[in-house]
Parts: sequence; structure tokens; C-alpha cells
Amino acid sequence: MPEKLKFSIDGREGLADQGMTIYEAAKANGVYIPVLCHYEGLKPVGSCRICSVLVNGRWMASCTQPLSEGMVIENNTPQVIEYRRAIIEMLFSEGNHFCPACEKSGNCELQALAYRYSIMVPRFPYQFPQRQIEAYPGFLLEHNRCVQCQRCVRAIQTEDGRKIFAMKNRSKDVRVNVDPKLAAKLSPDQIQKAMDICPVGAILKKEVGFIRPIGQRKYDRQPIGSEIEGKK
Amino acid sequence: MDSIKKIISRYKKDRTRLLDILKEAQTVEGKISDQAIEAVAAALKISRAEVEGVISFYHFLSDRPTGKYVIYLNNSITSEMSGREKVALALEKEANCHFGQTSPDGLMTLLETSCIGMNDQEPAAIINGVIFTSLNEEKVKKIAGQMRKNIDVQEMVEEYGDGANQHDLVRAMVKNHIRREGPVIFGDYQTGQAISQVLKLTPEGVIDEIKKANLMGRGGAGFPTGLKWELCRREKSPEHYVVCNADEGEPGTFKDRVLLTERPEMVFEGMVIAGYAVGAKLGILYLRHEYTYLKRYLEYILENMRQNGFLGRKIAGHNFDFEIEIKSGAGAYVCGEESALIESAEGKRGDPRDRPPFPVQNGYLGCPTTVNNVETLATATQILNHGSAWFRAMGTPVSAGTKLLSVSGDCDRPGIYEVEWGLTLNGLLDLVGAKDTLAVQVGGASGQCLSEAGFGRKLCYSDLATGGSIIIFNKTRDIFSIVRNFLDFFIEESCGWCTPCRAGNVLIKNKFEKIVSGLGTASDLAEIEAWGKLIKATSRCGLGQTSPNPVLTTLTNFREVYEKKINKETDFRSEFDLARSVEQACQVTGRKFEEEREDA
Repeated sequence: MPEKLKFSIDGREGLADQGMTIYEAAKANGVYIPVLCHYEGLKPVGSCRICSVLVNGRWMASCTQPLSEGMVIENNTPQVIEYRRAIIEMLFSEGNHFCPACEKSGNCELQALAYRYSIMVPRFPYQFPQRQIEAYPGFLLEHNRCVQCQRCVRAIQTEDGRKIFAMKNRSKDVRVNVDPKLAAKLSPDQIQKAMDICPVGAILKKEVGFIRPIGQRKYDRQPIGSEIEGKK
Repeated sequence: MDSIKKIISRYKKDRTRLLDILKEAQTVEGKISDQAIEAVAAALKISRAEVEGVISFYHFLSDRPTGKYVIYLNNSITSEMSGREKVALALEKEANCHFGQTSPDGLMTLLETSCIGMNDQEPAAIINGVIFTSLNEEKVKKIAGQMRKNIDVQEMVEEYGDGANQHDLVRAMVKNHIRREGPVIFGDYQTGQAISQVLKLTPEGVIDEIKKANLMGRGGAGFPTGLKWELCRREKSPEHYVVCNADEGEPGTFKDRVLLTERPEMVFEGMVIAGYAVGAKLGILYLRHEYTYLKRYLEYILENMRQNGFLGRKIAGHNFDFEIEIKSGAGAYVCGEESALIESAEGKRGDPRDRPPFPVQNGYLGCPTTVNNVETLATATQILNHGSAWFRAMGTPVSAGTKLLSVSGDCDRPGIYEVEWGLTLNGLLDLVGAKDTLAVQVGGASGQCLSEAGFGRKLCYSDLATGGSIIIFNKTRDIFSIVRNFLDFFIEESCGWCTPCRAGNVLIKNKFEKIVSGLGTASDLAEIEAWGKLIKATSRCGLGQTSPNPVLTTLTNFREVYEKKINKETDFRSEFDLARSVEQACQVTGRKFEEEREDA
């Protein structure tokens, strides 16, 4: 076994394996760093920036930054929480998120993060962008709710590695683009996976809405992150 | 469709040549058609969605039909200052359509584009790949007349610029405007001499000499070049690569264009030297799309170097092989960021990568790659020619040598200046003939806007570090117009990958417009500053990390301009101005608007 790396997070000492990212190291030590674009098993892309932490005075995205020996990490300090909250608020003001009418309510990670960080209303003016809803044989793509996390881009590909979801345009107009022919061939299981992996209500499997009632959903009983914090 | 298939097979169905394939397909069809997208996707074994993603990323690729002549008019701040609006109106009149559209007769398409590297001869445009400089209404009229007669766009260029701009393979109206020749870039130089010297040393010896010279990156970031080469060399890999970053897109910079026009051998020689130092066999010149007019000339120079034994197999008789190929972007400022450049060189969207791993560890095709600026490589050649001691005798103790400055804006002599590091802004303003200067933008849009209080500061890595873009504004100019132009630039050029840069820059711009419109309060100033700091801190790459600089540096250096705009009597005012919103309706109905008061 290679030697473990020592680090500290919010004053707590921790040990982690070589090659872990800051996010993984924190998780292994029972410390929750919030992520939105990151998903277990997918290559991290550092797009949402919610997992930003301060390391020796420098900002880093903990989902992509490898841990190194002796790092002193600030995660739950007022400044980090403040920036994190602002980024979550940016996502709310940038899209059109109407939680009460959304199928994903209660299972939505963006909503859960807003609750966890006690966000009542974003400090930024709502942009009310004009966005479309696209319909495909087995699913809907609700662009109003998309947060450009690229989870679907990474997770749903054909066997020979072609991307069914890919990013199109750039800057404020960047959006998920679907390959219609390949999308038509998705199996019901793949569509379910796409919907489950989407942190918000942007990918919706047709004909299965509200199968689990509100009140019994993932984040209805306990805040996001509890599953990590409960471990230690 | 046969022609598309031919293009694809000529590039051997190579995924990394996707940009080249798409560009050629567009040349053939005037757009990238649906069938072409399908054919390319099928041949390269990628999805249609991926191809569309690449097309939509770059300014100069289009899946919509374009006119016979596609006119890209530059919208940089100096272009605006030199009468861009009149030129734009004249173009719209001639084409009988607006920007973003194609004329009804299908003759012209009018599009805007970010700085094209002609800041010293604005307003400038690119028409079907040919550069047109110093445009005015008369010239527009003439060009439009020629278009109606179906004259080839190259034939419309009547007078050529100086130096190699006149070369048969260039034939451009672009001027070099070399105003001050310094001892490094414009000093004594003979092609191949440095290569012959270098091949007698060990690669470590070459790196050592560059380290002793204290050469730091000339693109703006200032990373020590010797260290970069050393880190790249140390990585174990079957292949290593050298990439010359000729994607100068920072508004106001054009020095690399002049370097590639007048000193291409010095740059290529620098690439060979870098290749020897890091252990590479291939170098890639990533040429920004806007400079495609130089491509044939540069290929001719490379061929000459091959003929003379300075490139190819057994260079200068030694056991060292090195080739250089030219790859082009398709219009995206963010591709100047080294990891985005590599993505683009691999034929993908120019999204920056997460770092670490850095390009020296995991670069082009996953191999260790040193990405160096054009000027850095040319300077390295001269260091090997004349020695590190010679180099260090110039400049300041920290910042050795000279720097090319691209000077534009309000001055008598805009152009290229090679100066020693350590020159003050005041010294520079004298040199270029600037009078009544209000502000100097150092380092382009991502740099800082300095007021007179800062004119005593020095250009060097320990004070005003810069890639060399200097834009001068005199006292008739409006600070807000400058900031607005730069903010729009960053919104246009953000790749959209990360939240703070994608969403934050739009929020900053809206807040800025609120302040400029007179509806802002002191808390708006505090908020815009706080938001700017947040975007800088949490963005993923250098673009986002510098994008709020136009606002932040003018808030520091021209605070009084903002203070004058804000409403000091209240701490809250909505963005919504009721009186202004109903103004038109009131005029129509003849009613006078009176604000309701609570006490009324």
C-alpha cells in the first residue's frame, strides 16, 4: 500500500489515498463537499464550481483538484459558503426553475442544495431566458431546467463511444444538443439512467411522471449530503 | 457530396482533422450542409450532435447558408474609435440587410467578429479570408460595386502593405507599422545559426541556457520557459510535442502577426530548438483563423527551411528529426488558453481542460506538450544565438530582455515597438506620440485600465506584466464605452463551460448597464465589485478569471466616473424606471406622467 496523504479540512485532520481528488478525500473522511456536475463514476469536469474550496488561500474545484500532502482546506467557512451560495443562486437566475411544477421536485439536487444552503431568493435578477422543450421518442428534454453539468454527455453514449448528448453553442447560449437518430435507439433502461443521472428535471422519461409521490422522495426527509456526513 | 467524401478521405477520416474537414466543406458548399454533417459524423465515427457542437463553437464555421461574399467586420474598441459605426451602416446600406443576415440577392453576408489583430489599421474586416484595413464609407461603396461585378476578392486589394505583405504568396494590404526595432526580435539574425549551435549542446544544456537567460512567457502569463521545457522533457512518453501558440486574440494585440510576417524563420527555429530540448519530433503552429492569409507563405518558409536542412530529417547534419505542421483554429478567443488550444488542435470544441494535469504532462493527444507563444520561441532563438548573458544585460533584473508591444488607439504612431522591459507608461506614451491621454489599457480586455496616476508604472513582470497589448484613450473618450465593449467581448467569447463565467458575466453586464443608465445606487457599486471578485475566484480558466477586470480596474482607477452616475439619495432603486417606460405611451396619448407619491 502506498503511503496515505495527510490533510486538514476545516481544522479536522484527515487521511486519504494517493490519487484522490479533494472531494473524494473529504468524502472518505465523512466530510461533505457539495457537488452538482460531479457524479460517482464519471470523469469530473468542474463545470458547476459549487464544490469550490479555499486551499492555502487559493480557490480550487474539489471535484477535479488532486489532493496533495499537507493541504489545508477551507470548506465550511463563511467565505466559502458565501461564494457557493452565490453560484447556486446564479444557476437559479440563469434558467427557469419552477420547483412546484417540476417532476423532479424532491429528487432534484439543485433544489436540495438551495435548501441546504438556506436560499430564499437569488440575489441576482432572474434572466427569464427563452428556452425550448424538445420531445424525443422516449423522453423530454426540458432546456429551461438544464444547468449544463454535462452528466448526460458523459454518461449516455453508444457502445462505440458516440455521444448522444453533446454541448452546442457557447457562452450564455450553450446547451445540450441531442443526436435524434441515436436518441431514438435508446432503451427504456438507458432513458431511466439518463433521467436519474440528470441532477435537475431536464431529462424526463415519458409516461412515468410522479411514480413516487412527493413527500417520499430522496431529499424530502433529510438534506443532501447527510448520507456522507452520516458515515463517520 | 462526392467532394465532401473526397475531403474526408484526403484527411484519412482522422478525428483530429475535423476542423480542417469542416472548413473545406464550407468552402465548397458555402455552408456546412446537413448531408455534409451526416457524412462527416459517419466517417469519423462520432455522433451528429458532436459535429454540430464543434460547428457552433467557432465564429467562422456556419451551418446556415451564406452569401457569395462573407464580410466579417471587426468590433473591437479601436475599430469603434476609428469609425466602425459609419462603415457598418454603409455596409448595411449596400447589402440591404442587417448584420447577422445575408443580403436578399445572396451576394453578401454581414457578420461581426472580435478583434482580428489589425488594431493599428482599423476599421478592418475579413472578406472571404482576405483582410481589408482602414475602411471608410467610400471604400465600402467601391468594394460593394466590385462585388456586384463578381470580381474576385483578392483582386480588390489594390495596394499591398510593406515587407512580406507584398510577397506573391501573401499579397495583403496589411501594414507592419514597425516603429521601433529592438536588439532581440529585430536584431542580428541568420537563419539556422542557432539550430547549428544548439545541436552541439545536450538538450539539458539548451534548457539550462534558457533558464540562465530567465526567459518568461511572452503571451501574458509569464511562466518561465526553461522550466516549462524541463517539466515537459521529464515526462516519460513515447511522443512529446511542441505547440506554437499563434492564436493571439487578446483585443489590441497584433505583434505575432508582424512576427510571423517578418521573422517567421526565427519563430520556426525556436520551435526546432524547443523540440530538441523537450525531445519532440513534431511541432504544430496553431495559427488563428484570422491569419489564414499568411498560411501559404509560412508553408513556403517551412519548405525553404527543409531545403536548407534546418527542418525534417537529420537537421543540420545531426541525428535529430523534427517536422512542423500548421493547424488552424476557426475563430474563438478562448483557444489562446493553452489547454483549449490543444483541444481545438485535436479537432474538438475549444473548451479549456481541467488543470492539473497540465499540458506539459498531458497535452496534445495525451502526450507531454510545451505550448509557447510566438514571441517566446523567437526570443529563445536569439538567446541561443547571442547567449544568456547578452540577453540578461537588457531589461530589469527580474524581467530580462525586450518585449514587443502592440500599440493602438489615440496616438500619432500606432504599431509595433520592441522595447526593453522596465519602460514606464509615460516613457511609452512619449515614444508613440500620445497626447491628452485619459486611460491606457495594458494587456488587452483581460488586463487593466490605468489612469494618469498609474502612468509612472513600469512594464515588467513585477509591475505591469503584459502580453504587449497597449490601447490608448485620450480625454475625448468615454470610459463606459470601453468597459461595455470589453464586457460584450467576454460574454461573446466565454465557452460557457463553467457557471461563474457563463452566467456571471451576463449579470455583471446587466448591473453595469443599470449603473450607466443612472438607476444605480451605492449598493450596486458594492455588488458589482463583489460579483466580479467571485467570478475571478471561482472560474475554471484564465478567461473567466480575468473577465471582470474591465469593471474592476475602472472601478479602482476611475471610481469618480461611476460615483457620478449613481443615485446617492436612496439605497434602493429598481432597474425598472416607470417614467422612462411609459414615456412613449404618454407622448402618444398626450398625457403627462406624474409619479405617484405615498404622501399625495
